[in-house]
Amino acid sequence: MAIISRGFAGRRSAAEAKLPPGQYLTTDFPVLSAGPTPHISLDRWEFTIDDGSKILKRWDWKSFRELPTETITVDIHCVTRWSKLGTSWEGISLDVLLADIKTDLPYAMFRSYGDYTTNLPLKDVVNKQAWIAFKFDGADLAPEHGGPARLLVPHLYFWKSAKWVKGLTLMPHDKPGFWESLGYHIYGDPWLEQRYSDQ
Amino acid sequence: MTWRSAKVVELRDETATARTIGLAVRDWPGHIAGQHVDVRLTAPDGYSAVRSYSIASAPNSDGRIEITVERLPNGEVSPYLTKELMVGDDLELRGPIGGWFVWRRDQTEPIQLVAGGSGVVPLMAMIRSRASAGSSAPFRLLYSVREPGAVFYRDELQALSGQGNSVVITYAYTRMTPKDWPRPAGRIDVELIATGTWPSNLRPTSYVCGPTSFVEHATDLLIAAGQDRERIRTERFGATGERK
Amino acid sequence: MSTSMNYLDGNAAAGELSKIFAVDITSAEGQCANCGSKRHFAEAHLYVQCPGLVARCALCGHVLLRCSNIRGRVFLDLRGMTYLSVEAAPQEASN
Repeated sequence: MAIISRGFAGRRSAAEAKLPPGQYLTTDFPVLSAGPTPHISLDRWEFTIDDGSKILKRWDWKSFRELPTETITVDIHCVTRWSKLGTSWEGISLDVLLADIKTDLPYAMFRSYGDYTTNLPLKDVVNKQAWIAFKFDGADLAPEHGGPARLLVPHLYFWKSAKWVKGLTLMPHDKPGFWESLGYHIYGDPWLEQRYSDQ
Repeated sequence: MTWRSAKVVELRDETATARTIGLAVRDWPGHIAGQHVDVRLTAPDGYSAVRSYSIASAPNSDGRIEITVERLPNGEVSPYLTKELMVGDDLELRGPIGGWFVWRRDQTEPIQLVAGGSGVVPLMAMIRSRASAGSSAPFRLLYSVREPGAVFYRDELQALSGQGNSVVITYAYTRMTPKDWPRPAGRIDVELIATGTWPSNLRPTSYVCGPTSFVEHATDLLIAAGQDRERIRTERFGATGERK
Repeated sequence: MSTSMNYLDGNAAAGELSKIFAVDITSAEGQCANCGSKRHFAEAHLYVQCPGLVARCALCGHVLLRCSNIRGRVFLDLRGMTYLSVEAAPQEASN
């Protein structure tokens, strides 16, 4: 049994709003990363959608930024227990990116510069549930927070919102990505507290 | 390696922001200079935080160790350890940890210690280990700090550098120097390595410790001065010096 | 503050990895499966500000080892190393 440290409370502050179970409210924006911040120049950046054997669509930064954008305000919840409410982003909906794609492959593996991956059911990234975000709080997304562009899927734990995203691969079966293959939940619904793979 | 309980038996300020904590550790197996402990703090609701701290004291057999903790501005654990913790409190710790960044008393070759800020802590354990063993291994310390008030163990280092069989100490001040200091404030550089460290032909073993950017910079300088990469051991304390 | 130096090194993983390895991991030698360089694990670049621990090759950045601690259960992935070599005999604190 752990020894309780007299007078120690950690960094947490009292939660006032309704949060998913086990979360605490933060007003800063912690930077979590499994590697060095990649610095991707915009003239080399691209986003590709493939089906495992061929590329279905590709955008460079110029053609990507010509797509219609949205500004959204969402709450985000990290599996390390911090939640940040009312975060404001600008990005391109996955509905727009997937618009011309006809597929019966039900899963997607999102891929990032710096070799991070995360898996999602395709039905969780369509119907206004996911964006490729390039602005946070009105300013260009900082590299340490995933800039030039990151995936944003606010209804799931924030490890699913892959930073430095560069594309997605459609898959017939669900396969675990970077954290999902190391003990984290394959789906990750914060409201059901689906943190770990033993649930 | 299990978590053990330790009782705070002494508290001693080193600087305005750093404090040495003396601990009596239940069933302490002893340690080698350079090793560290992981300290775990647990809040009443079960939330816990773990941080690594280098052991500052020399190996001994009385079950007591010392760690020196620097208070980091946005730290979660260091403010508690440097301001809240009292003599008589209990801490949980795990260790000793590490077998690479260590100095063993049977080493006789010249030793070059390079410290950036709080990186001096494990190197001080090596200096103290050498002293308590009566070793005559040639030791030099290059100690880089922001300003004079940030030096840890000042009096003890002064005493050790004044004796025979002494440790040769070179200070480098990066932001503010003492009055009439011959070298202007700045990071360590080629010239300081040339005058303040063992020449490479002596084939010393070097130990470099401090914030990550300091360790990378100092290591590059040592290699450029002809030191063998295989003989340089490093321990990084992260961007701000917090090891979590 | 630049985050380009936001890593520690293999020394900082030793406590966590002591749950799996009976011997000290920091003095273990490992070969990167990507670039082939052989280094002591203490020299690997360690990223800990994430829901786990990720060690990367100091030379090429390839992921050498990943580790997470889920409710006291340790998950370990060593696929990024061609091998990890440790001394089998336990080291005493020989002082």
